[in-house]
Amino acid sequence: MLLGTNLLMAQTDAGSAATGQAEAPKVDWTGVAYYVLIFFLICLGVAVVGKILKVYDLTLKMQGKKGLNWNTVMATFCIIFLLIGLYGAYWSFTEQGSMTLPEAASAHGVKIDEMFTVTTILTMIVFFITQILLFTFLFRYRYSAKRRAHFLPHNNTIEKVWTIIPAVVLTILVVFGFFTWQKIMNSENLKDDINIDVTGHQFAWELRYPGKDGVLGPKDFRLVTGTNNLGVNFKKKSSFDDLKVDTMYLPVNKSIRLNILAQDVIHSVYMPYFRVQLNAVPGLPTFFKFVPTITTAQMRAKLDDPKFEYTLYCNKICGGSHYNMQKVVRVVSEAEYQTWLSKQKPYLNDALRKELHFASANEQSNGSTNRLALNN
Amino acid sequence: MSTLAVHDHEVAHHDEHGHEHHHDQSFLSKYVFSMDHKMIAKQFLITGITMAVIAMILSILFRIQLAYPEKTFPLLTTLLGRFAPNGRISPDFYLALVTIHGTIMVFFVLTAGLSGTFANLLIPLQVGARDMASPFMNMLSYWLFFLASVIMLSSFFVQKGPASGGWTIYPPLSALPKAMPGSGEGMTLWLISMVLFVASSLMGGINYVSTVLNMRTKGMDLWKMPLTIWALFLTAILGILAFPVLVAGVVLLIFDRSVGTSFYLSDIVLNGVQQPFEGGSPILFQHLFWFLGHPEVYIVIMPAMGISSEVMSVNSRKPIFGYHAMVYSLIGITVLSFIVWGHHMFVTGMNPFLGGVFMITTLIIAVPSAVKTFNWLATLWRGNIRFTPAMLFAIGMVSFFISGGLTGIFLGNATLDINLHDTYFVVAHFHLVMGSAAIFGMLAGVYHWFPKMFGRMMDEKLGYLHFWLTFICAYLVFFPMHFMGLDGVPRRYYAFTEFASMQKWLTINTFVTWAAIIAALSQFGFLYNFFVSMFKGEKATQNPWESNTLEWTTPVEHLHGNWPGEIPTVYRWPYDYSKPGAEQDYIPQTVPYSQTMSSNLPHDFEDNPAGLEALNTYTSTLKANEQVK
Ligand code: HEM
Ligand SMILES: [Cu+2]
Ligand SMILES: [Cu+2]
Repeated sequence: MLLGTNLLMAQTDAGSAATGQAEAPKVDWTGVAYYVLIFFLICLGVAVVGKILKVYDLTLKMQGKKGLNWNTVMATFCIIFLLIGLYGAYWSFTEQGSMTLPEAASAHGVKIDEMFTVTTILTMIVFFITQILLFTFLFRYRYSAKRRAHFLPHNNTIEKVWTIIPAVVLTILVVFGFFTWQKIMNSENLKDDINIDVTGHQFAWELRYPGKDGVLGPKDFRLVTGTNNLGVNFKKKSSFDDLKVDTMYLPVNKSIRLNILAQDVIHSVYMPYFRVQLNAVPGLPTFFKFVPTITTAQMRAKLDDPKFEYTLYCNKICGGSHYNMQKVVRVVSEAEYQTWLSKQKPYLNDALRKELHFASANEQSNGSTNRLALNN
Repeated sequence: MSTLAVHDHEVAHHDEHGHEHHHDQSFLSKYVFSMDHKMIAKQFLITGITMAVIAMILSILFRIQLAYPEKTFPLLTTLLGRFAPNGRISPDFYLALVTIHGTIMVFFVLTAGLSGTFANLLIPLQVGARDMASPFMNMLSYWLFFLASVIMLSSFFVQKGPASGGWTIYPPLSALPKAMPGSGEGMTLWLISMVLFVASSLMGGINYVSTVLNMRTKGMDLWKMPLTIWALFLTAILGILAFPVLVAGVVLLIFDRSVGTSFYLSDIVLNGVQQPFEGGSPILFQHLFWFLGHPEVYIVIMPAMGISSEVMSVNSRKPIFGYHAMVYSLIGITVLSFIVWGHHMFVTGMNPFLGGVFMITTLIIAVPSAVKTFNWLATLWRGNIRFTPAMLFAIGMVSFFISGGLTGIFLGNATLDINLHDTYFVVAHFHLVMGSAAIFGMLAGVYHWFPKMFGRMMDEKLGYLHFWLTFICAYLVFFPMHFMGLDGVPRRYYAFTEFASMQKWLTINTFVTWAAIIAALSQFGFLYNFFVSMFKGEKATQNPWESNTLEWTTPVEHLHGNWPGEIPTVYRWPYDYSKPGAEQDYIPQTVPYSQTMSSNLPHDFEDNPAGLEALNTYTSTLKANEQVK
């Protein structure tokens, strides 16, 4: 049954792409044969080149010459690889490196970026030195019958040096990393934190903002119904003014506390522009606190992209549509935030009110609806 | 006592059967249910290669989807049927491909294929034993592995397709059959397959450890063992200690799936329906999984390290630099790898302080890794380097290990991992440091010990071609992925079409796919070389690489019991290459010091005062003679 619907859905998806054909498209075997042919031609080419090299080698040898010295050829390849590889790495760093995330749009993100830069510099020094040494040694010390290798089983001094130096460098990185990490993850709760409830389920995010009281009402998965899809507990007063929200609006330079939970499987709240990520785990409420510092408008100007939006997306495999589980995030000024907030609808909508009114009029049956829900 | 008994039995056995009855082994007992460690090694190798080819094809399938997310390929429908309706791989099947690719590569190729092949082949041959401690258990180990492979692959033939929750199969996704098609029978088969796999791996591991500890030949003390043996030995210990924890985790998952327990499940509402699970923790599974999972990555890389060390020493004609440091760093890695697993869980909601502690242990493990790298470089320094294909692959292993290891320092830092976790940066990291490096170590081993396994040589030129194509393409595939990760592109996404910010990576994805296709095609060069050389390759000589280790003292033609006469005695460490004063640039382990007076060093006799005295008299007579002249 499940597969059936899946198949159907996939078919309509791809069907619209493939000019709405109902039956499976036909294989163009000439195209396939073409690729197979190319592959065999390449193999043939390789075989021919191989034979030519062999013949060339033999004729050289018959003429009393030395023949091709493959060892030197390989050593030369190594040095060529080093040169091209270095250029390639440089190209990749500039070309693709410039496609990576812009500066962090959050206060703690700036610290993360600093640490990232320091780590990059240190590791890249090691990367270039070791790779250059590796491939130049290969070329420089290629085989020669005239020479013997230098018998050097060990050298305690140098070994101590290259144990201690990485240890010291890593210790420095660890110490800074540790304290920054503690600071980011253990930030104290402030009174004026803006609490936002983020709940993941297959395959969407639900957002809930606290109302005037600034407090989110508690949730309980046993209370989930069609209209109360988060299972908010309306026995608590704090739940009444909660808001159901579609886009995550954040006032700039305010401390935000995301309260994260999942309903079915593990999801992950990922907002890379803010350097924010935390898994959403069923049964394990978590939170992440951060301060956005760059508004959407500012970021649009910075990136010169008028359509730019911050997004929150899922970063833990959660099923078939994992690749499309996103929410738009807008960072705005305090004033814009307040106007937006005033327009949001309460979570406790009419349908839910009806459902609950019926329930609260008769406390006894409230309990039994819950049990009913459980038995479902 | 028992050691001796086993030994004697083996020798006696050999003497009885060795000569007369050698040819009446039936086909079945020689090639199929063989108890000979060399044959079992070949069985592991060929099964491993087969699984590798399958996993590689799976990867090409999903790479096609990533490169051409909007195109239809009717051929895919013809090949895959319901899994690729209308010429496109379905999202669920995409995840199944990723999952089975990862599972096969990590467990079936790089654990069983790598350790299974080389531990079986090399441990008896390099420590000087007639066979494994328990040949029967060894055979059982292979057949359980084979069965596990068959079951894993059979999951492609069940209605809803194979497991598809990622190779880490985190519950609740993997625990709830309704959460995704792959969590149905496919996941059941995955779990059964893994239990059998672990049983196989334990039988193998116990055998390897007991063989190394009890069955070394005369003179082969621990500090005279080649680094391959050290690596395989420590790998086996890691496996024995870590794999049972995976079984525990898997069994609890089976209970949650089939019996209705709630070990990993709590507070779940699936598709609007409350599930009757309470009190479990999804994080518990992650702890159990990574308690194996992290040691597992070292189970994968350590044999590759051992093989590369050996191959690089032989082909640079130089002793491995810092043999003791190499062993101690392997031991260090073995011990530390048990206390770093939490670095895979920094952002799971695990207590941040715990995360901080795991960050500290994780960055400590980078130190022995760094020491190994520097020692490899020092081994090459002032060597006399011969570029056999094996040597090239060993070098490739080092290059990949550096490139991938360095990004581990980013990921090991919990602060940086916040933004990098589960992105393509992680994919790049582990495909370089584990995937590519370990595969290259394995290929180095295959090229190096092919003559030992099959008595023939592989074609060198084809090996060169294979190396360069694979080496270059692997970098082309994985290097750009770092930058995708730094742009916040998540792994395990079916398509990057839904996000404006990710569409710019489409050209890179296409490029990567083509590099992967070329890399995959060049593996056919290897396969051709491997299978044709097996029958038609040039006949190997007894010691084709002029190597010091014991395996090259056995005859080219295999015989049960390995050595025709007595097992040779070992007198020296395995790395006396280019020793000053020696006639040749290598001195096999079986040559006693008394025959190499001209090259002996005081250092050789550190714990042998009698030998040192002999050396001193030798040098003083030499001096005296010179004075007479
Ligand atoms: C230099 C030392 C290393 C450090 C500090 C390190 C650190 C890490 C960290 C922190 C992660 C988790 C990243 C994340 O999921 O966010 C990771 C992932 C991984 N590492 Fe390493 N690593 C190192 C070396 C290695 C080696 C030698 C191997 C294997 C041979 C390896 C294989 C893996 C694998 C397979 C994963 C990904 C697992 C997954 O999520 O699917 N790493 N590494
Ligand atoms: Cu997801
Ligand atoms: Cu790890």
